[in-house]
Amino acid sequence: MILLAKVQDEAGHGLYLYSAAETLGVSRAQMVADLLSGKAKYSSIFNYPTLTWADIGAIGWLVDGAAIMNQIPLCRCSYGPYARAMVRVCKEESFHQRQGFDIMHTLCRGSDEQKAMAQGALNRWWWPSLMMFGPNDSESKHSAQSMAWKIKRFSNDELRQKFVDATVQQADFLGLRVPDDELRFDEDSGHYRFGEIDWQELFDVIAGNGPCNKQRLEKRRQAHSNGAWVREAAQAYASKQASRAAA
Amino acid sequence: MSKQEWPLYEVFVRSKAGLSHRHAGSVHAPDDQMALDHARDAYTRRSEGVSLWVVRSDSIVASDPAETSAFFEPAKDKIYRHPTFYEIPDGVKNL
Amino acid sequence: MSANQALIAYTLRLADNALILAQRMVELVAAEPELEEELANANFALDFIGQARMFYTYAGELEGQGRSEDDFAFMRDEREFGNLLLLEQPNGHFGDALVRQFLFEAFYLHLLEALMRCSDQRLCEIAARAIKEVKYHFRHSSHWLVRLGDGTELSHNRAQTSLDDAWRYTGEMFTADEIDTAMQENFDGPGLASIHELWRRDIATVVVEATLQLPDDQWMASGGKQGRHSEHLGFLLAEMQYLQRSFPGATW
Repeated sequence: MILLAKVQDEAGHGLYLYSAAETLGVSRAQMVADLLSGKAKYSSIFNYPTLTWADIGAIGWLVDGAAIMNQIPLCRCSYGPYARAMVRVCKEESFHQRQGFDIMHTLCRGSDEQKAMAQGALNRWWWPSLMMFGPNDSESKHSAQSMAWKIKRFSNDELRQKFVDATVQQADFLGLRVPDDELRFDEDSGHYRFGEIDWQELFDVIAGNGPCNKQRLEKRRQAHSNGAWVREAAQAYASKQASRAAA
Repeated sequence: MSKQEWPLYEVFVRSKAGLSHRHAGSVHAPDDQMALDHARDAYTRRSEGVSLWVVRSDSIVASDPAETSAFFEPAKDKIYRHPTFYEIPDGVKNL
Repeated sequence: MSANQALIAYTLRLADNALILAQRMVELVAAEPELEEELANANFALDFIGQARMFYTYAGELEGQGRSEDDFAFMRDEREFGNLLLLEQPNGHFGDALVRQFLFEAFYLHLLEALMRCSDQRLCEIAARAIKEVKYHFRHSSHWLVRLGDGTELSHNRAQTSLDDAWRYTGEMFTADEIDTAMQENFDGPGLASIHELWRRDIATVVVEATLQLPDDQWMASGGKQGRHSEHLGFLLAEMQYLQRSFPGATW
């Protein structure tokens, strides 16, 4: 039930942000067309499969956690409609992350099979979550411009570091092992040092060659084309009503 | 036919404790009645509101951002509109 | 059966209706024709899940054997579910799902109104909460039926076919069995014959506005209320119950 509420929130976030983007002069129809044609990019993380209930927990904890790191600064970005949408989004996101963590916590205090399910999910979602912050600052193409315009306010690496520092402690609390042999706490800097991300995997996924890219987009295309007759019916009715009123 | 889309509506919500409707965002809908439905589902599902207004976005007349200074700044010079411009003589109460 | 047993069975049917319908609606997530409709579908499914929880919880208390809402939802077999056949039918396209919603909610609205006047305090309370939600659902479904019926030629034909196909499942809603009768006699429960009249009146109004035809009465399917289901329910439950059944006794 809570998962459904979360899913609904996410659809709502799409709606708020499409609305904000429309204020810049591009239509919803155009943005949807760009998404379905593969032209518009969406977060790499959505191209990974959700295999078990523990994945739902890991996604809430890690993916929503990473998203929140990115999103909170956007609430104060320089473009009004975007900032306003993000305020709404952030309010809703914090419940998502807590729900995810709560699921993981329950599993980790459950049976051996449940705990193994939780560890398995962490193993599969850890690195993709770190990749959500994008390439290293030195490699990031769009960062410079977004930062100059005060849309993006912290760099990829800064946010990624913040995320690792917060999340490793949470994993320790859960009694789970982060799947990184090089992970260690560095006393001098007060930060966790972590291993190298497999950048090839990120680039493959962004280029459309992740485990689920094809399937995800296909589902959206199908839904959109299956719904055409419904959208058209509603428009036809609206036109008829307008003519009837004018007559 | 499929290139057409549902028109855009702006949504205004007045909350239980609120005195006026505030702009909450926008929705697409085929007509006014559905716009209300969609606005209700998008912007009031956490009991945010007691009253909902929806307006077709193309019906809104807005001030031109390029003319902000001509439109709004003269008011800044006219300080006699502000109550603090007037000095109250000592000894006068309730003014 | 005793009055209490009838009450438990009746309450479980209410819960099962809400749960099975919600489960079908959840299958529609990410398949709606427009983003705004995604939000509506999810809202309504959440409303139904909430109602199912209230009814299951009450049934568990009445039964007094320690069964929780999860036990009822996830650990019972098909033949123990008393939901209407209408609600377990596969989703089909947008029109099929919409017509199912429309036909059921018109009935459910009047059922809830009647339950608000019955002598069981708890059912009254649950009904009072649910009816606000269902009123809005029915309004929304009616809006859509009108737009499909009076939209394009394609949408009109599809909506008519959906209505024709769903009609044989509507009779079950109004056919009283010994549990319905026991509810009426012991708890001032809903009278299905009068609800049938109200339902026909309400749906006819919308169907006419939608330029559609009410199907002729025909042979009506039944058995759902008594646990004799279509082949569809087994698959639905298998998917819904898989996790709980694989790890019995686990806490989630």
